[in-house]
Amino acid sequence: MELTTVWFVLIAALWIGYLVLEGFDFGVGMLTAVLARDEKERRVLLNTIGPVWDGNEVWLLVAGGATFAAFPEWYATLFSGFYLPLLLVLLALIVRIVGLEYRSKRPEALWKRRCDLAIVFGSVVPALLWGVALANIVAGVPIDADKEFVGSVLDLLGPYALLGGLVTLTVFLTHGAIFVGLKTVGDIRDRARDLALRSGAVAAVLAVVFIVWTAGRDGSTLAWVAGGAAAASLLAALAAAGARREGWAFTGTAVSIAAVAVMLFGSLFPDVMPSSLDPAWNLTTENAASTPYTLTIMTWVAAVFTPVVIGYQAWSYWVFRRRIGTHHIPDDELVEAGTTGRRA
Amino acid sequence: MDALELARWQFGITTVYHFFFVPITIGLVFLVAMFQTAWHRTGKEKYLRLTKFFGKLFLINFAMGIATGIVQEFQFGMNWSDYSRFVGDVFGAPLAIEGLLAFFLESTFLGLWIFGWDRLKPALHLACIWLAAIGTVLSAYFILAANSFMQNPVGFTMNEEAGRAELTDFWAVLTNPVVLITFPHTIFACFMVGGAFVAGIAMWQMMRPANNDGSQEGRRERESFRTALRLGGVVLLVSGLGTMVTGDIQGKVMTEVQPMKMAAAEALYEDEAPASFSVLTIGTLDGSEPVLEITVPRLLSYLGTGTWDGEVRGINSLQAEYEELYGPGDYSPNIPVTYWTFRMMITAGGLAMLGGAWMLWATRRGRSPQRDTRSGRWLLRTAVVLPFLPLAANSFGWLFTELGRQPWVVFGLMPTSAGVSPSVGPGTVLTSLVGFTALYGVLAVIEVKLLLTYIRKGLPDVDPHEDVDDPDKPLAYAY
Repeated sequence: MELTTVWFVLIAALWIGYLVLEGFDFGVGMLTAVLARDEKERRVLLNTIGPVWDGNEVWLLVAGGATFAAFPEWYATLFSGFYLPLLLVLLALIVRIVGLEYRSKRPEALWKRRCDLAIVFGSVVPALLWGVALANIVAGVPIDADKEFVGSVLDLLGPYALLGGLVTLTVFLTHGAIFVGLKTVGDIRDRARDLALRSGAVAAVLAVVFIVWTAGRDGSTLAWVAGGAAAASLLAALAAAGARREGWAFTGTAVSIAAVAVMLFGSLFPDVMPSSLDPAWNLTTENAASTPYTLTIMTWVAAVFTPVVIGYQAWSYWVFRRRIGTHHIPDDELVEAGTTGRRA
Repeated sequence: MDALELARWQFGITTVYHFFFVPITIGLVFLVAMFQTAWHRTGKEKYLRLTKFFGKLFLINFAMGIATGIVQEFQFGMNWSDYSRFVGDVFGAPLAIEGLLAFFLESTFLGLWIFGWDRLKPALHLACIWLAAIGTVLSAYFILAANSFMQNPVGFTMNEEAGRAELTDFWAVLTNPVVLITFPHTIFACFMVGGAFVAGIAMWQMMRPANNDGSQEGRRERESFRTALRLGGVVLLVSGLGTMVTGDIQGKVMTEVQPMKMAAAEALYEDEAPASFSVLTIGTLDGSEPVLEITVPRLLSYLGTGTWDGEVRGINSLQAEYEELYGPGDYSPNIPVTYWTFRMMITAGGLAMLGGAWMLWATRRGRSPQRDTRSGRWLLRTAVVLPFLPLAANSFGWLFTELGRQPWVVFGLMPTSAGVSPSVGPGTVLTSLVGFTALYGVLAVIEVKLLLTYIRKGLPDVDPHEDVDDPDKPLAYAY
């Protein structure tokens, strides 16, 4: 296989890792607004993702860095072209991180409400905009002969792109609700399942339309197979959730997200960013790529270290495998008085 | 202002801001790891309490570091797309490797450390903070290797047809003489911040009335913080010496690869041999006769070349040489900015070391300074200022080295003005500049307030026996 193809596949894999992993922690972030009935329940939700969300987010940073290294032209055109949406994503991710990390650091109810707002905003906006961005990349945007984006932000808000955004938003919400069902005990676990079924139904309808739209336009077997697998595994996930098989349900939404990404990247290849103005101006794995020398070095580094990273990240999920419930949440008053000292 | 100007301001503001959190993270994670190691080895409760106290401050700071760090990676593509196209083949690799090797290590093992007090065996839990600490240093190495390419491009060839720099020798990029000396210089400077942070806070805690009420509790707190102060002070002094020695070597490398930066640091217009070091100048720095100038004869020759009579090139002859090489244009950076940031870096770092030395002296052989004496009051003031001194030195150092590289973004290859995104208008950049600055301003207030709250709380009470695994117990750490 060509090195440029290897790196196209690797970047797709990094995006899959990011969407599957941060997808559920975005979902949990959104759920704090609708699923939790009181402060303790809200904290149960946040603590299901507490030890892992930061590691999940690094997949995005590595996907960005790998795009920079392997396809500098892609990185440059994409990031300068999608400027305002990415600015919004950045601001959202910043307030989300601060909300998550600082929420427990002050006792006032008003403070906690503000942090909750930051967490919900910071989860909804990227969940929506990543879908919009990916759909735009696949559909093509105005790119001129100099590989520059020449459209406006309105060009990024077409119906196909907005549908893509709604798909990621609802799928992540469902993915997160199923994750909560998998990681909690008590009343909240049942409510998470009910919510997963309802949001899952909406997500499934949107996803099927999006899949048919994408695969229909692309017409390739890969797109139809991956799209079909995505739809099937999403429906299987909902069935499993209904049958209280939460592990299988979570596997189902994870596979579904991965399969949608495979469909999108598959229909993109061998382009990385098609131009809607003239196919001759498409950015491709060839004309956007780094030199074979750089790609070779990067391949070695990735081949050696990616398995190590996946190994220790999987281990951290194993360490925190236990379900949690409201009885695991320490009392706030005690903690905030600084008397127990049982927080790191 | 045009898009270039705005993009430069945004890069400056977001990067300087980000780099307030970076040295605290790198310095403090090692000190926290040392406290926890001491707890693990000796079983003395004070070390566990110090681990948790400074660990909490570390995490408040770390959250800001990651939140502002994402912007850095995105910003190259957003505001500097032509720069990204030009250097991506060389510059992207260390950035990607930084993510893969360092960011995953930091984030995963810090997650394990924060939430894993009761889930992991003590030795394994201790290993987690050390792995996170190693992650911070790896991260520093790769990002500094990328930056050093901008200061002194090596290991590449110019592909004129593609209009970009292409990597030919990755090992040369990783062993760039600039990164080999900038890395230890930066890490020592980060340790200075960590040491000063711990020492300053510990001294303030020792002096506060609540710990001087004659109670047994107060004596216990003073004793614990005395331990922290001694460790912080020693780290500050030792790494201060390291910063000086590496800074000296760095000056010689700089004179060789970026002579214009050295000339600008000194506002030296004519070639001099031997060259004297300008301590301070009153009057303009435009090459005309200053009103008052204090100099040390021959010192600049030594700093720049390692001999007491070596020649140091001046701005005028370098300008003439560069015009011949690169065509007409102004090839000198902003002289007052480089001249003064260079001096402020040295001054702030030097004062930090003096402050640290004084604190160690005042607490020598079991001494415990009293707040009601004249020297005690001055010690307290020093303690409050101390953490900010090396932090400021770090900022001035970066301002010097980045502004001293101008007008180049990649020295000798690409002027900064050629790197900006052609497709992004000034209104767009202004939007993001205002957005980031406003958000960062709010976050600064929140973060400082939180730090002060948790500094005032003092050492937490601990019950080491509670950190055992039990499925029905409340979490050892919870959001």
